[in-house]
Amino acid sequence: MTRTTDVLVVGGGSTGCGIARDVAMRGVDVTLVEKGNLTHGTTGRMHGLLHSGGRYAVSDQASARECVEENFVLRDIATHCVEETGGLFVKRPEDTEAYFEEKLEGCRACDIPAEVLSAAEAREREPYLATDIDRAIAVPDAAIDPFRLCVANAAAAENYGGEVVTHAEVTDVLVEAGEVVGVEVRHGDGPRKASTDVGSTERITADHVVNATGAWAGQLGAMAGVDIEVRPSKGVMTVMNTRQVDTVVNRCQPKGDADIVVPHETACILGTTDEEVDDPEDYPEERWEVDLMVEELAELVPILREARTLRSFWGVRPLYEPPGTGTEDPTDITRDFFLLDHADRDGLPGMTSIVGGKLTTYRMMAEDIVDHVCGKLGVRAGCRTADEPLPGSEDVGDLHERMDEFGLRSPVSRRSAQRLGSRTETVLDTPGPNPTVCNCEAVTRAEVRDAIDDAGRDLNAVRLRTRAAMGTCQGGFCCHRLAAELEPDFTAEEARASLDELYQERWKGQRHALWGEQLSQAMLNHMLHATTMNRDGDPARLDGDVAFGEFDDGTGTPASEAAGESTVADGGPGAGTTGEGDGWR
Amino acid sequence: MAITSDVLVVGGGLAGITAALSTAREGADVRLVSHKQSTLQQASGLVDALGYVPPTDTGSDPGETPTAGRTGVRDRPDPEGPLADPFGAIDRLPVDHPYRLVGADALREGLELFDETVAGYRGAHTDRNALVPTFGGTVKPTARYPAATAAGLASDDRPMLVVGFRSLTEFDARQVAERLSAAGVPFPVTGAEVAFPAAFRDDAKITRFARALDLDEPVDGTPARRALADAVAPHLDAADGGAARVGFPAFLGDDAAPAVRAELADRLGVNVFEIPTGPPSLPGLRLADRLYEALDAAGVRYETGVPVVGRELADGGGDATGGHVDTLLVDRKGTRVPYAADAVVLATGGLVGKGIDSDRDGVYEPVLGCHVPHPAERYEWYVDDAFGDQPYARFGVRADERLRPLDADGEVQFPNVRVAGATLGGADVAREKSASGVSLATGLVAGREAAAEAAR
Ligand SMILES: Cc1cc2nc3c(=O)[nH]c(=O)nc-3n(C[C@H](O)[C@H](O)[C@H](O)COP(=O)(O)OP(=O)(O)OC[C@H]3O[C@@H](n4cnc5c(N)ncnc54)[C@H](O)[C@@H]3O)c2cc1C
Ligand SMILES: Cc1cc2nc3c(=O)[nH]c(=O)nc-3n(C[C@H](O)[C@H](O)[C@H](O)COP(=O)(O)OP(=O)(O)OC[C@H]3O[C@@H](n4cnc5c(N)ncnc54)[C@H](O)[C@@H]3O)c2cc1C
Repeated sequence: MTRTTDVLVVGGGSTGCGIARDVAMRGVDVTLVEKGNLTHGTTGRMHGLLHSGGRYAVSDQASARECVEENFVLRDIATHCVEETGGLFVKRPEDTEAYFEEKLEGCRACDIPAEVLSAAEAREREPYLATDIDRAIAVPDAAIDPFRLCVANAAAAENYGGEVVTHAEVTDVLVEAGEVVGVEVRHGDGPRKASTDVGSTERITADHVVNATGAWAGQLGAMAGVDIEVRPSKGVMTVMNTRQVDTVVNRCQPKGDADIVVPHETACILGTTDEEVDDPEDYPEERWEVDLMVEELAELVPILREARTLRSFWGVRPLYEPPGTGTEDPTDITRDFFLLDHADRDGLPGMTSIVGGKLTTYRMMAEDIVDHVCGKLGVRAGCRTADEPLPGSEDVGDLHERMDEFGLRSPVSRRSAQRLGSRTETVLDTPGPNPTVCNCEAVTRAEVRDAIDDAGRDLNAVRLRTRAAMGTCQGGFCCHRLAAELEPDFTAEEARASLDELYQERWKGQRHALWGEQLSQAMLNHMLHATTMNRDGDPARLDGDVAFGEFDDGTGTPASEAAGESTVADGGPGAGTTGEGDGWR
Repeated sequence: MAITSDVLVVGGGLAGITAALSTAREGADVRLVSHKQSTLQQASGLVDALGYVPPTDTGSDPGETPTAGRTGVRDRPDPEGPLADPFGAIDRLPVDHPYRLVGADALREGLELFDETVAGYRGAHTDRNALVPTFGGTVKPTARYPAATAAGLASDDRPMLVVGFRSLTEFDARQVAERLSAAGVPFPVTGAEVAFPAAFRDDAKITRFARALDLDEPVDGTPARRALADAVAPHLDAADGGAARVGFPAFLGDDAAPAVRAELADRLGVNVFEIPTGPPSLPGLRLADRLYEALDAAGVRYETGVPVVGRELADGGGDATGGHVDTLLVDRKGTRVPYAADAVVLATGGLVGKGIDSDRDGVYEPVLGCHVPHPAERYEWYVDDAFGDQPYARFGVRADERLRPLDADGEVQFPNVRVAGATLGGADVAREKSASGVSLATGLVAGREAAAEAAR
């Protein structure tokens, strides 16, 4: 198999999806390949802060300016991915006055709207803030949903004629006569995958290859024979069961681990740490990191100490620094992004890499790199990604009224509407009953079916699109319900396999917070899935055959009670079958 | 003044109730106090005894479970089973398993006690397990099953229809039927999804359906039972050779369940049975009702909504970690009331209901402070495969053969206490399919032992 495209983008994170959309909108032919699902990399494992820039206002003002600019752009074009929570930098008595002042000045210097709040004012906004805080700075931080953001960008790219191919891993970069001419990919199994593709390899030739593989950029570089010094740095995030705060809460101190809480939908996410690792796919996930999160952040929000932790996850920052910089501490490595023109840098035309950066500035990064690539290709069209809303983000205004239209109860409809943006009406307007499939996150059948249409039998992808199975029960009560929705498009065996994958993946995330409520929930889930459903002992999956004849077939019970002949009332004393009567009653 | 009895049972689940019935049968004066509803509201209502011997590498010291058990999913070895004989395999369970402590005869006697006191159950006519269809589309070995489940047995070779309802999301009947066929059941089975009844809200709970059927409420003008039969009837012929029995999600009535099933069977001209689903589970709630009726019938006094919140030891040993338990403090609407007894049965359940609780530092038993062995490193509480040999699944109090709790040194911690049910560690009841059997066997022995202790 072979195919040809103008621009080939490798990597389906925020950066790659943003680039694909931008290229497609300029009328250039683009194909994006991603080895896993969209958001498989760092983008699916980040904190979800739409930076106001406040965090970098002292240490890295160039980044801070980019952040605030993009923050306002995304509020416009990605309304349905952003929740305008606002943010606070909170000063505790032990944090210095000097730094507080520096932060404030920094914000002003970078045009980040900033307002000083007294302790009382701050607690009025966030009643669970510690009682002994000094004061706070309010900034326009917000929460952003990286999953919806990537899917929306990919959808836009496709709407403009681009192609997005997931579960396609680049295994080689094709270099001919000293020039990159394309890549070789291996197709895996995944949604939207024709079964004939699975396991096959394909050459994709392209005029230009964009390496947007984040923490993996070095590996892709190696395939092309160039050195890219990515310094992956891991960070932990811990998801709490409820939304203890409605505002992004930052600690106002120079730098530190565990200094920010971001509210998301029905939960809160604590973060984070910064530790350099060798391999972006294989690094230790350590308990102290989780403990640190809760301990440190409880200084700002004391009820976190008593709260229930749902799960923890780790992500790897694709930090980059130009050769020779030699920064020791990863927290000191710049958060800025770098465009590596391999023609200039390594004498290898045909490929550009983009490394570093932040999700918040993904669109701007894409604009930069696409300008550069278009320059190479001689394409004149300019960037329009800041002006045109992403799919689903137009007219969110009247969503609340739609609620009644679909006969949904309020929390469901409100959340569905937030998730779906302007696609609400199309998605929810389905024939037949539309019951709730995931109760914790209030996800209804219509939404699940819509996601299945898109993602196929990959229930983890359905989960990412809908948030189903992401709530308090961690999927214990709804994984199997999601699998039931795969009927009749998929066989029962496929549904079973999808269920197993989803259940195991949910289990993976819970393990790091396995105590108290969460351990209790894990045991309940274990009882439901192993005891009630016998999923672990399913005879269909064990090697031997079952000797059905050796088991009780119901015959031998007294005639009036033989299997099924329950036309007699079966209550009442003596229904036990020992025949000795009811001596014990 | 303390409220006194010979024996005080703490916990109103299957284990506590069995212990109370067993104590009463010995002629001792017994009281039962319980905090909340038991796990029965979540349970399937099936009484499993032992269905599998899962592979395990649990060593003899549960405090040092090796992380080496972290096998990947693909490497998971098959368990031994499904077992037709629940008794014969008990010797192959780990030595510290509760069944090994009390023996196969205790399981037999526990089941007998259940058969004699609880109405509406089947399976006592044989020593063999039955295989029942689950809503996961598997079959599961169980020892006793509600009459409502009887027509669904998988060793019965009559053609089967499974029906599901579009507005219930718990399972899809077509998938269940396809999975059952894949399990090799000796009968043709088909599944049908039925739109019924339009009048119910999309998110109607299973209990809502049950009530409509109990009362035979009109839905869209037709009495509920008839409307349900009408909705299902057209699908009977879909089964190969015509269905002789129809399985429903377990919502066929609550108080009037037998009458609901009878009427449906009559209208459809086939046997009707229920497939238990997840919480809230009507078969589990019905079993809880039957158990409390059995307590009434045996004259056992019980109180619910009253948690035990503290204990006092003989010799005034307030801070002591062991000794003779004199008095339990029961929280009655905010007041701490002392309950004194000669012997105590601790049947407060396991991790699900927090009879065994944990925090970031460790695992503990909150009522008496019984020792709960567990790895000090929290990351050794689990393995990577969700259905693997999970150390946490075996967390609980360890006991001697008389079910007295043991401390860290293996010495009896509280001599006049007996432990029963999910509070006991050492079993992975979920993978073994042994949950209720463990509660019955240990409840029986704990009750009998407590009566003997009180008589001493
Ligand atoms: C702990 C943490 C918290 C963060 N919090 C925030 C925050 O709050 N706000 C913010 O703005 N930013 C945050 N960031 C930064 C942000 O998440 C990243 O900068 C951004 O997501 C990077 O996106 P990307 O597309 O460049 O990389 P990725 O998302 O990693 O995408 C690269 C993709 O390339 C794919 N790939 C790799 N190799 C191949 C191959 N051979 N073939 C095909 N595909 C391949 C991978 O599967 C992956 O999906 C955080 C980062 C971390 C680690
Ligand atoms: C989802 C699920 C499905 C199940 N399915 C099956 C099945 O298919 N087959 C099967 O055989 N078994 C099944 N079971 C197991 C069964 O329901 C019981 O969990 C098991 O028999 C243990 O019972 P128990 O009495 O020890 O504990 P529990 O049922 O937990 O009862 C403990 C009782 O103690 C009370 N208590 C706790 N602390 C205090 C206190 N401080 N003071 C006073 N009272 C207190 C609690 O409120 C509760 O009433 C299932 C369980 C679950 C959770």
